Amino acid sequence: MNLKDSINSKVSLILGITFAVFIDLILSKLMANWSYSWLPVQASKAAPYVDNLFAFETGIGTFIFLGCSGVIGWVLLFNRAPKYDESFGEPIEGNIKLEIVWTLVPLFLVIAIAIYSTNVNTTLQNLGEKIKYDSQKELPISLEQKQDSTNTIIDVIARQWNWEFKYPEGFSSSELHIPINKKVYFRLISKDVIHGFYIPAFRLKQDIIPGSIISYSLTPTRKGTYRLRDSMFSGAYFSQNQTNVIVESDDSYQAWIKKTVKKVPVNGLNRAGLLYEKRLEKGDKGWATIPPSPPPLVNDPGDPDSSHEG
Amino acid sequence: MTITNYDERIIKSNHPIPGAPNNWRRFFGFNTDAKVIGIQYIVTALVFLLLGGLLGMLIRGELITPPSDLFDPTVYNGLYTMHGTVMLFLFLFPILSGLTNLLVPPMIGAPDMAFPKLNALAFWLVPVFSIVLLTSFFVPGGPASSGWWSYPPVSIQNPLGHFLNGQMLWIVAIGLSGVSSIIGAINFVTTIIQMRAPGMGFFKMPIFIWTVLAAQILQLLGLPALTGGAIMLFFDLNFGTSFFNPETGGDPVLFQHFFWFYSHPAVYVMVLPVFGIFSELFPAYSRKPLFGYKFVAVASFGITILSLVVWVHHMFYTGTPMWMRNLFMFTTMLIAVPTGVKVFAWIATLWGGNLRLNTPMLFCLGGLFNFIFGGITGVMLATVPIDIHVGNTYFVVAHFHYIIFNTIAFGIFAGIYHWFPKFTGRMFYEGLGKVHFALTFIGATLNWLPLHWAGLLGMPRRVASYDPEFAIWNVIASIGAFLLGVASIPFILNMVSSWSRGKKAPPNPWNAIGLEWLLPSPPPHENFEDDIPTVLNEPYNYGLNKPFVLDEEFYISKALNDS
Repeated sequence: MNLKDSINSKVSLILGITFAVFIDLILSKLMANWSYSWLPVQASKAAPYVDNLFAFETGIGTFIFLGCSGVIGWVLLFNRAPKYDESFGEPIEGNIKLEIVWTLVPLFLVIAIAIYSTNVNTTLQNLGEKIKYDSQKELPISLEQKQDSTNTIIDVIARQWNWEFKYPEGFSSSELHIPINKKVYFRLISKDVIHGFYIPAFRLKQDIIPGSIISYSLTPTRKGTYRLRDSMFSGAYFSQNQTNVIVESDDSYQAWIKKTVKKVPVNGLNRAGLLYEKRLEKGDKGWATIPPSPPPLVNDPGDPDSSHEG
Repeated sequence: MTITNYDERIIKSNHPIPGAPNNWRRFFGFNTDAKVIGIQYIVTALVFLLLGGLLGMLIRGELITPPSDLFDPTVYNGLYTMHGTVMLFLFLFPILSGLTNLLVPPMIGAPDMAFPKLNALAFWLVPVFSIVLLTSFFVPGGPASSGWWSYPPVSIQNPLGHFLNGQMLWIVAIGLSGVSSIIGAINFVTTIIQMRAPGMGFFKMPIFIWTVLAAQILQLLGLPALTGGAIMLFFDLNFGTSFFNPETGGDPVLFQHFFWFYSHPAVYVMVLPVFGIFSELFPAYSRKPLFGYKFVAVASFGITILSLVVWVHHMFYTGTPMWMRNLFMFTTMLIAVPTGVKVFAWIATLWGGNLRLNTPMLFCLGGLFNFIFGGITGVMLATVPIDIHVGNTYFVVAHFHYIIFNTIAFGIFAGIYHWFPKFTGRMFYEGLGKVHFALTFIGATLNWLPLHWAGLLGMPRRVASYDPEFAIWNVIASIGAFLLGVASIPFILNMVSSWSRGKKAPPNPWNAIGLEWLLPSPPPHENFEDDIPTVLNEPYNYGLNKPFVLDEEFYISKALNDS
């Protein structure tokens, strides 16, 4: 091979790689844009941050995935040995420069992702303090009650398997009503096992640890009805431990409080209890479970059949 | 042949010669031959793969429709708990111990493992704890049903109040499995460090040996934490202590630290040997040296060290303080660096090669492809804000199945096919192997790719019923799962018929480099017996014209004559 040929092949190699990288970049950008549609509606202040981070990583991930599988596809197409041909490939043992590059580039990449996510973490700050308490005793009165009176502090009480939301106005509900665009504070409390307070539309999840009271806060940004799901396995009727979250305007939220506070307490939403009764009627077949805890008395049992977005 | 530079005491160490006959009966007794033990492990584990797969298909049968209609939810919970436990402790760990037993002594030129009796003991604990675990299906109240994590307080609720309960048997089985793994780990580490052929310095060991060493050291460092946690859980469950019980002042989160301190590294215990298999097979079937041997070798220990300091990423939403979440996010992401080194090295090995696409190579390529995908979703899960959304959803289930089945089990299948001729002395049927690969790849992709979207939309894992908006992803996943069940048929057919009447295998059917390929197929009981080869070079000199061992021709012709 003379000098001209070797320059030519180098140039065409560089052109080929540049073209492939260009295509890969475009596809990665398209994938990142598309990734927003894989997630539920954005209904909290945290959601856009999480989705942007997810799109960013989807983009990088697509670039790496297509890059790697593109090379694999190429060798599958062009480097297959004919039948019975066992001759050797090019005996390259390695390339120190290349190996250092593919050690350092991912290193810088993950440092960049980690710094980006640390910043998002600092911005979001949903998790407040976690205090131990003796679950056999009465709940301590919320500390925040004394502070800023404009804060809404709702006690979220998780049981096997129902949810109860206690409002500072002295009533309780089976569904979580919260006003839009206001920071809402929670005390997350479990009466038995670990549960998870998970609202996919808010992109937020926090385990509720028995024996601790966890302070939590979030800001809903979109009106609608969303699903709250228990996300930490909590026993037999775990998948029934769901309820709705209703984000409404401040006016209708206040109206709901006024209306509900006057209502007579009734049994709260209790899907697990109903299923357990059915099981007992059918002769208590199946493997062992503890009986569901009785439904809490709530002023608003909610409408479990109403539809939800995300 | 005169052997130089070799410690006579080791090769002549007093290991028992099995008196068992050279027929099928030796596989059913307390045999101390690592090659017999290896096959015992692998066959036992494959039987449990069928059981675990059946449990998985029952899960997918329930989840093909949104309501909980096939089983009572209590039964569903028991089934998914046992599916995970069987797959991890009865299939994956034993089958990898089996491959390791088969491969380590021949690959390093040792006659057997360092402690053959301990080796047999480690294997025979597998049927013991398997029976303990499976007995729990028949005790009152049913088997453990709190997931393979067994987080308290759910796991210590003991609804019937009996001393003998499913959860208790589960803990006993896991404890015994840990004992078996520790015995195995001591044996593997000692064998690799003490019994290598003359000339085989650390940087002349095959990568599989490097990864086994890295993985088994991880077992020794991590398992005591799990065992300690399991013992405390046992006391909380059966004797009313309060290590983890919040009602009496215990801390349920403490168990999670014990559990994940081992159980995250456990994933690397399983994946590292598979990285080893990839590193053996890609050069052999690309007819090229492994790209950057030393980097790939050292990266194994990079993974070992880092994997010990990432466990809190399973606990980002348990009330872990922010600084700790940021720290563990960073350490977790760092694992991408040594792992990336390996992935890029494999791809560079393929580049410009002369690829032979037989069954083991197809499983390797499929496994690598899936691993790149699973690695990327792994980095996403390490990212705190993303994990807070998708943690404990089907996104995680999809991710870890991409690692544990689509990568690890693919690598195991590749390894089984690749070394099948060596240890059975028979060739397998290539056509059935390809059918097995195609069905497995399509089934696995249908099963776990769609579930990523179910998780992104907020479907929690471990649910017996779900909202109808997740139905489409679950229907596709269930079809994939049933296809995986079908995929086992050509595999079983192939293994059984090839072993009983396949074509006789030559000593080195793939023209691969490695000490095991210098032995007859199947190798004699003490491998090289009195003629231990002296290793001269790295084991991946495809096309370099450098002999791997001194007097290579002697061993090649000896193996041919003995076959």
